[in-house]
Amino acid sequence: MSKKLLAGPYLIWMTGFIVIPLLLIVYYGLTDRTGAFTLANILSIATAEHAKALWLSLGLSLMSTVICLLLAYPLAMILRNRQMGQSSFIVFIFILPMWMNFLLRTLAWQTLLEKGGVINGILTALHLPNQNLINTPGAIILGMVYNFLPFMVLPIYNVLCKIDDNTINAARDLGANFAQTLWWIWFPLSVPGVISGITMVFVPSLTTFVISNLLGGSKILLIGNVIEQEFTKGSNWHMGSGLSLVLMAFILLSMALIAKYDKNGEGSTF
Amino acid sequence: MRRIKHLIRKIWQDCYLALIMIFLYAPIATMMVLSFNNSKSRTQWGGFTLKWYTQMFASRNIMDALYNTLLIAFLSALIATIIGTAAAIAINSMKQVPKTILMGITNIPMLNADIVTGISLMLAFIAFGISLGFKTVLISHITFNIPYVILSVMPKLKQTNRYTYEAAMDLGAGPVYAFFKVVFPDILPGVLSGFLMAFTMSLDDFIITHFTRGAGVNTLSTLIYSEVRRGIKPSMYALSTIIFASVLILLIISNFAPKKKQAN
Repeated sequence: MSKKLLAGPYLIWMTGFIVIPLLLIVYYGLTDRTGAFTLANILSIATAEHAKALWLSLGLSLMSTVICLLLAYPLAMILRNRQMGQSSFIVFIFILPMWMNFLLRTLAWQTLLEKGGVINGILTALHLPNQNLINTPGAIILGMVYNFLPFMVLPIYNVLCKIDDNTINAARDLGANFAQTLWWIWFPLSVPGVISGITMVFVPSLTTFVISNLLGGSKILLIGNVIEQEFTKGSNWHMGSGLSLVLMAFILLSMALIAKYDKNGEGSTF
Repeated sequence: MRRIKHLIRKIWQDCYLALIMIFLYAPIATMMVLSFNNSKSRTQWGGFTLKWYTQMFASRNIMDALYNTLLIAFLSALIATIIGTAAAIAINSMKQVPKTILMGITNIPMLNADIVTGISLMLAFIAFGISLGFKTVLISHITFNIPYVILSVMPKLKQTNRYTYEAAMDLGAGPVYAFFKVVFPDILPGVLSGFLMAFTMSLDDFIITHFTRGAGVNTLSTLIYSEVRRGIKPSMYALSTIIFASVLILLIISNFAPKKKQAN
């Protein structure tokens, strides 16, 4: 029974630094400066400025999730069909950027996209007109796709590796063409990985403030930027917490999706 | 005919792999090349130089941030490994219901958005009356590192045989002695990979550090963020190159070294 006591430090730590802090956000989100109960902080999501930021965040993160999925699925299929183990170097190469400093990855794209940046430099050398690339929604989507693509590749790859070759061969023997195998065998069996990948791309894209700050300039505000500014500049913590609660509703929704489609944690990344 | 079709498909696949590879690595390669560029311009090659590297090593700010980053990564990984491994052992011996609840709590920081975790910790530190600084960053990093340790120790614990531990106890070993002689060697690979994962996660973190650091404390991530907003200096490219190289080496060690040991 002494074994269970080993969870003591962990329980104290997680209560103090996970559970209580989350309850504090709920408290701040539901009160005003005087401490009285209010829904105003949460309802402020409906004001023109906040609603615009939320819609833009949802739009951009949905777009980048779809692009990631479209890029990652064929990649995961190719890697799986080459029959390389998880420890193979090629697989490692495609997953490596996931571990690289997130700010550096964004900094790299800033270098490429800027007005005097590398891409415009190449365009000038080719006597082509310069393009306005940075500080556009497109640049933000690019930054999201670049940063989070490995988070989509890994869970899908993990699930695809578990599909038995015989299942696919059986479908082929029974006369299914490539499209039919894809639709009736590959897709249904890879749902847990796809769902897990979607949440792993969608949640950080939806909540980012770094990518929009560095690649979107100061004019494009996402919901993450609004919250960050409430805490660092505006210092209206109640408003910031209220908006965080709205954001958490979306996160809970995606967690519920995972719980429904990935019961056994097959598509989990770690 | 079939062989040609097969060959064409393979060429297509190789092209696709190459394209994604270029997409992933071209930006990093660009930064590496620019870190050796003598000219400050991002479009003209002014000859090879190491001056950005010397400038970087001479910069007090960068060196302080590097020191903080490494110290926080090491300490938070170490403490998280101790707390996490103990918790994993306890959770593993629990019944289904408390196990599910504790694993649920473990999953919160992994699934929650970093911005929410960061803000909630900041609010808690202020509510508890802990002033923001090195200490609070360390506590936050330990908090988000513990789940990674638990999740990498748990599978190893499930594989261990309960009877060897009981046999050791029957033969007169105390619980602590039996644990370190019998169970610990079995779960050691999981503990080590948990430590390394926690270390990398801590090195990589920006968002949570951003909210929980005080005014004076910088890690490399927060330093890069504040510098970049003022305009990119080439010494940042030198720093990026060094960080990328270190992460690469660290990951190669953690991904390929334990596998070899197991094969032996």
